[in-house]
Amino acid sequence: MERRAFLKVTGTVGAGLVLGFRLPDRHGVLPFAPNAWLKIDPDGTVTITVDKSEMGEGNHTALAMIVAEELDADWSKVKVGPVPENPAGWSRRMSTGGSTSVRTSWNILRKAGATARAMLIAAGAREWGVEPGACSTENGVVSHTGTSHRLTYGQLAEKAAAIPVPPNPTLKDPKDFRLLGKRTHRLDTPLKVNGTAQFGIDVRVPGMLIASIERAPVFGGTVKSFDPTRAKALPGVRQVVQLDGTTWLGSGAWGVGATSGVAVVADTYWQAVEGRRALQIAWDDGPNASLGDVPATLAGLASQAGVQARKDGDATAALASAAKKIDAVYTVPFLHHATMEPMNCTAHVRADECEVWAPTQNQTRAQEVAAEAAGLPKEKVRIHTTLLGGGFGRRLESDFVAEAVHLSKAVNAPVKVIWSREDDTKHGFYRPATYNRLAAGLDAQNKPVAWLHHIVAPPILLKFGPLQGGIDRTLIDGAADIPYAFPNVFVDQVAADLAAIPLGFWRSVGASQNAFVVESFVDELAVAAGRDPYEFRRELLQSKPRHLRTLELAATKAGWGTPLPAGRARGIAIAEWEPTTCAEVAEVSVAPDGTVRVHRVVCAVDCGAVVNPDTLEAQMQGGVAFGLSAALYGEITIENGRVKQSNFTDYPVLRIPEMPVVEVYTVNSNDALGGIGEPSVPPTAPAVCNAIFAASGKRIRKLPIGKVV
Amino acid sequence: MPAYSLLVNGRRQSVDVAANTPLLWVLRDSLGLTGTKFGCGIAQCGACTVHLGTQAVRSCVLPVSAIGTQSITTIEGLSATSTHRVQKAWMAEDVPQCGYCQSGQLMAAAALLRQTPHPTDAQIDVAMTNICRCGTYQRIRAAIHRAAQEA
Repeated sequence: MERRAFLKVTGTVGAGLVLGFRLPDRHGVLPFAPNAWLKIDPDGTVTITVDKSEMGEGNHTALAMIVAEELDADWSKVKVGPVPENPAGWSRRMSTGGSTSVRTSWNILRKAGATARAMLIAAGAREWGVEPGACSTENGVVSHTGTSHRLTYGQLAEKAAAIPVPPNPTLKDPKDFRLLGKRTHRLDTPLKVNGTAQFGIDVRVPGMLIASIERAPVFGGTVKSFDPTRAKALPGVRQVVQLDGTTWLGSGAWGVGATSGVAVVADTYWQAVEGRRALQIAWDDGPNASLGDVPATLAGLASQAGVQARKDGDATAALASAAKKIDAVYTVPFLHHATMEPMNCTAHVRADECEVWAPTQNQTRAQEVAAEAAGLPKEKVRIHTTLLGGGFGRRLESDFVAEAVHLSKAVNAPVKVIWSREDDTKHGFYRPATYNRLAAGLDAQNKPVAWLHHIVAPPILLKFGPLQGGIDRTLIDGAADIPYAFPNVFVDQVAADLAAIPLGFWRSVGASQNAFVVESFVDELAVAAGRDPYEFRRELLQSKPRHLRTLELAATKAGWGTPLPAGRARGIAIAEWEPTTCAEVAEVSVAPDGTVRVHRVVCAVDCGAVVNPDTLEAQMQGGVAFGLSAALYGEITIENGRVKQSNFTDYPVLRIPEMPVVEVYTVNSNDALGGIGEPSVPPTAPAVCNAIFAASGKRIRKLPIGKVV
Repeated sequence: MPAYSLLVNGRRQSVDVAANTPLLWVLRDSLGLTGTKFGCGIAQCGACTVHLGTQAVRSCVLPVSAIGTQSITTIEGLSATSTHRVQKAWMAEDVPQCGYCQSGQLMAAAALLRQTPHPTDAQIDVAMTNICRCGTYQRIRAAIHRAAQEA
């Protein structure tokens, strides 16, 4: 990356200082096109604009903190501006996922803050005729040591804009951080306690109509015919529009995955719903109407050889000669994201431009999809990013954007499409169901000598085109890279052809199921070896210091090995969301009727430097709740080519009485910076299931847990 | 369509909607009060919780025709200055993550504290049936206890 392209003064706005700065771009450096801005107004307000969606993970506050730290800003005057509207003009694809917001922006945001600070100091020094080295900054003020000279950033902003941009400003020594690493209140909290936070569903545009869509119930089904007469006769119903479906599979690009259906466009949502109920639609169910019993299909494919994902030594031979052999089959179901805010999008297509208001994790893709649907160049599509009422990976898709744009174009008015909860549950992009056959061997000294993991799963990555090397790398995450010192390892994957079922990235993706499978089977291995599950893991993690210290912290804080109240037992598990490691110890009891109660989860995490400890704690707690919902209840089943579940009645999620006390402990670490949104999800299911085994002797090899009988 | 006269956040307002229109959509679409959220449509999740009189109710299944003369309070009317004790406690504990369910959580908590000024954990479990998909439950519990201390 060319250094001089990194930062330059882009101009003065309202007599303030505006610094454009580039974020790292793996596609190479374009001509200067800033993709984030630091703006200081004459009144001292510092506005940080970033290219990330805020979906609850606290990334807006965290990113602002990074800039503010190096800037020495007055935190009370820092705000985050709207996400920019033209992703096509950006230097990297604009999307939010994979727990990457902070670590992919950390260096550049620090440098941006430090550069602005150096320019403000230079402006102050010039003003006073003193050396910049004799000036210092604190809390939005530049002052000169030894005199009473002091000016606020707001007072200096215009003058600072005339200072040449320093190429290599000095970054702070982390020991001098005043803000980073300190518990800091989120900037978005006040809006979220008084009803003023604007989510996608809250968007109101003059002349806007509201749509509800009846979608084909069977995957890939289409509208054969429909009669809109009764719907059109209802009050408020303006138009009834047929929508064509698009596959979720791409051929080198990313499929859209919009479902065929009939939309009722009305003045209000309730009128649209009433109109939808009055529709008479005949469906062509297409080729998938008998699709079902996916678990049996996956099991049937298990006899096939998979594509090799990892091979150390000769696991098959080592297993054959092992003194003790164990094997097991583990299965997990499809899962739905179930964001609290159902999918929705507002679009307004005009002759020469299109505006989209969307709770999206993927502005770049939303713009591409909207441009295609509107028949306009990408640059003519503006994406207004609202707050997201949860994302968890579902809002990386742009099916809901395509619908709104098609409808706005069809009815020549702004249209907001609102999905019902049932729509949302039945037309998701699901976490794949998987079938796992495992085998392991111990030698005469009870040391592991062989580990074999055969994964059968439908690939998510087909949406981007043919699989590279025949492998979906997301489906082996947490399986091919197991951290334990097994001398012989073989992991392979059979790609199941279930292409009719839309699949997607679900908070922690493949690690969400593989941690359950691997960490449960490691527990089985420890039991077979007659070893304590914690000590067994420790011994096998000696060459993985980050894993080891995370595991040890969790065990120590949980009081591993100390007595518990009668009926309670502990289970332990660790997983990596590279490079973050997260270990959990769950305390569980199993009631006589088989009901599982998780009382306490001790969670240890090593994510490198911590930006906001308060947010870290919240994300760990939230991830445990998310993992626990899936472990205890989560299951999407496919029958007759359609999703059986519909709402929170048959797709239950955790509620307050079931929430364990989650204690969060952080490893004091200078290791590589890692994400925090996903890491606490994967260890939750295995920690709980291992505790269930310790409490009841029942080994859970199939999720969801349900009742332990 | 019949006209309904509603007392919302202390203001008398008239709406022309079908009798079976849920209060939620009257608030959101007719009155522009979007702080009250749509989550499930079947009174499961509580994102749509408002006060009818002093009771917390699920507005997504409450037909406008059933309201009669009872007053309605939404998150926008909980406090003119966002300083109701549950709001202060929510800010002190930094409860929200995505924030979508929190209007409903706050309304449920405010109703609980009115009825039970110092709820036990067990009473919180019974009263707070709202779903939070981000899993902020531990902080919701802490914030309710904090708000109770302010009484």
